Amino acid sequence: MPTVTVDGVQIEVPDGVTALQACEMAGKEIPRFCYHERLSVAGNCRMCLVEVSPGPPKPAASCALPVADGMEIKTDSEMVKNARNGVMEFLLINHPLDCPICDQGGECDLQDQAMAYGRGGSRFEEHKRAVKDKHMGPLVKTIMTRCIHCTRCVRFATEVAGVPELGLLGRGEHAEITTYLEKSLDSELSANVIDLCPVGALTSKPYAFISRPWELSKTESVDVLDAVGASIRVDARQTEVLRVLPRLNEDVNEEWLADKSRYACDALSRQRLDRPYVRRDGKLTEARWDEAFAAIAHKMKGLDGRRIAAIAGDLCDAESMFVLKGLMDATGSPNRDCRQDGAKLPAEPRAAYVMNSGIAEIETADVVLLIGSNPRWEAPLVNTRLRKAWLQGGASIAMVGSQIDLTYPCENLGAGPDTLKAIATGSHPFAETLKRAERPLMIVGMGALARDDGEAVLATARSLAEACNVVRDDWNGFNVLHTAAARVGGLDLGFVPGADGCDVAGILDGASVGDIELVYLLGADEIDMSRLGNAFVVYQGHHGDAGAHRADVILPGAAYTEKNGTYVNTEGRVQLGRQAVQPPGDAREDWAIIRALSGVIDAGLEYVTLGDVRSAMVAANPIFEQVDARITPAWGGFGVAGVMDDTAFKSPIDNYYMTDPISRASETMAECTREFVAGSGDRTGTDG
Amino acid sequence: MSDAFVFDENYAARAETIVARYPEGRQQSAVIPLLDLAQRQAGGWLPTDVIEYVATYLDMPRIRVLEVASFYSMFNLEPVGKNFVQLCRTTPCWLRGSDDLRAVARDVTGCELGETSADGAFTVVEVECLGACCNAPMVQINDEYYEDLTADRFKNVLEALKRGEVPDPGSQSGRVGSEPTGERATLNGAGANAGEGA
Repeated sequence: MPTVTVDGVQIEVPDGVTALQACEMAGKEIPRFCYHERLSVAGNCRMCLVEVSPGPPKPAASCALPVADGMEIKTDSEMVKNARNGVMEFLLINHPLDCPICDQGGECDLQDQAMAYGRGGSRFEEHKRAVKDKHMGPLVKTIMTRCIHCTRCVRFATEVAGVPELGLLGRGEHAEITTYLEKSLDSELSANVIDLCPVGALTSKPYAFISRPWELSKTESVDVLDAVGASIRVDARQTEVLRVLPRLNEDVNEEWLADKSRYACDALSRQRLDRPYVRRDGKLTEARWDEAFAAIAHKMKGLDGRRIAAIAGDLCDAESMFVLKGLMDATGSPNRDCRQDGAKLPAEPRAAYVMNSGIAEIETADVVLLIGSNPRWEAPLVNTRLRKAWLQGGASIAMVGSQIDLTYPCENLGAGPDTLKAIATGSHPFAETLKRAERPLMIVGMGALARDDGEAVLATARSLAEACNVVRDDWNGFNVLHTAAARVGGLDLGFVPGADGCDVAGILDGASVGDIELVYLLGADEIDMSRLGNAFVVYQGHHGDAGAHRADVILPGAAYTEKNGTYVNTEGRVQLGRQAVQPPGDAREDWAIIRALSGVIDAGLEYVTLGDVRSAMVAANPIFEQVDARITPAWGGFGVAGVMDDTAFKSPIDNYYMTDPISRASETMAECTREFVAGSGDRTGTDG
Repeated sequence: MSDAFVFDENYAARAETIVARYPEGRQQSAVIPLLDLAQRQAGGWLPTDVIEYVATYLDMPRIRVLEVASFYSMFNLEPVGKNFVQLCRTTPCWLRGSDDLRAVARDVTGCELGETSADGAFTVVEVECLGACCNAPMVQINDEYYEDLTADRFKNVLEALKRGEVPDPGSQSGRVGSEPTGERATLNGAGANAGEGA
């Protein structure tokens, strides 16, 4: 390990670090624009200049300089100060200095570093250049005159997102960043270039001119729009969520956030259920809470528990599901399910339904088999890990399912269960590849499990994992990739049919023939409402989506930014979402609504505070105490061997931008759908 | 261009030779010579479909090829005339009268800088030093250098091109290469100063 001296302080640094990293380890701040920890080194902004000896008597770019033993680095000498001062002056020559009308103002690297390292005024009297703005799609707004050509966005698109469509054209004073022929940046991670841009050249289009950063109250929370559970920061002003940004979490999302999670937040103030409704004479009419509860109590009175059912949706917090389960138990109903897509996952063992390897460990895999999953759309941040495994570790990735562009090479072994069985029985050559691998990984998606033969597919996948040595003492590469943020939490709570209870399919069958008379939908919108027959439907949720349209009573709940709730992500990590704003109108936190209802129907739930619910939840399943931790569960037997039909696996998501009640209500997501999914972005005059 | 662009027989063979020079997995290094070949076949410039053809040929992202094509001034991203006239304007040529050449070019071809003549015969552009300062002022027309120009000599060159002839490239004053304009001389031998005032 080389020893270097930084500003007179000797430190030992690991092999292969750069001078910039060594300075950081010594606690020195090095200004930079182009350097970024997660991207390749470009060395083109020159802001990170330091004085190094031995070496030529001139400043050196520390980001691209590997340290050598005995190197002496100065970050505060006169030479360094002058160098930074000069670089900053050059950078500002063509920068418009339009900070008062720039959306980056207040959170701009250039602004901050000009204050810290620049000179007070400008000596430049010539004309500044101007650059035409470029089209980059519905999310990224460009003001290219502000660009300082750090190329972070180009490197992100090429390296992390895997869509090499951004580039630096021309040279010198005429250099310009653009997408190829100004096409939209077709990536589910495109908006991360906004965070990466150190100036105001790439800013958020939906958030343009909305707010200044210092006006916002910032709440640290977790995302629920896919099952990754990315760490987010919710920025709100008074009652409105204005934007969602990623937070650093090396174990889950690094520092990226997928576009849906970032931009569906405009829907939080649209199509909201902000007061209770009761259907009277076939028409939903506004009601008071006590009227809504009374209508439910009236229907429930004397109703046999077996004729009552509950379905939990994809965005539910664990507390509300837990309380609803308690309510169902009190009414004597065994009919409950949290798998509204019909996924054939058991509630135990836990290893059967979580991502056992963990998200971060995907990077270390050397052979990967995707089964009925399109991670690019189901979990973009899992896809970046898979891409990293290929890019940095040379992993070979194969899939069973329909061919899709995942941004890395992926061999298609076959379309459906036949191929899966062939690998499991060893008759397919890929079985050998898996066996020989050091870190084999398989990802089973809902496309393989949410089908009638899902249990047999799960059993085959398990036998494949065991036969091909995917599960070992020190490594478990059997992974289930969920699409719903509530799913793992629901399974952890046992929100599955009780003894002789019906699952989702059974509930729908029962409701359509009249065996089930009351269906409680807790934010469940993805089921076929037409099959609910004449059942009395209670919908508790936050958006006017399919469930609310069918409902006989609507109980307005809180969206994920409006309540404190526990979520368990696809790798089984228990995480806490925090309340950023108040629910709109009469809407209330979901657990409290169910608790209040239990009082009306004498179901006797005794919780007073959220803390009471959490204590009871921990008592029911201690996993909920392990907040932010990921525990590799014990392996066990699961799945039911059986006949698999030969239809191909198909990812459940056919439009990444609209998968749940929130994203379906979002204008921005509708715009993205028009641009990326529905067509080629060819607009007509009627497209608004 | 109605048909999709592909290298013709001659260029395809040359392209293969060039690509084969690079080690396995480094074929993208051939992007500059291949763009040059493509530009020659496509008539002096690189339309979008030609850039995309080269990208596909080398299995690289289109934007990377466009980056290269836009970086080097030798690649034209817009159509040019049959004779692509590049006037050197850097200091030695300028001191030796490149402004006169610019006026001649305008008179003969009708083109201001950066324009293409209506008949498509000429495109006139100004460029920085082309490295023939000994023979200043000079211009490059397509692949050839025309050196030691005066207004009259340049006019002759352009008139000849206009008539469809190809004037001899190189020095237009009659000297060979960049030898002295008078007799050959050594530094301190007889006629050492013969070149003065040429």
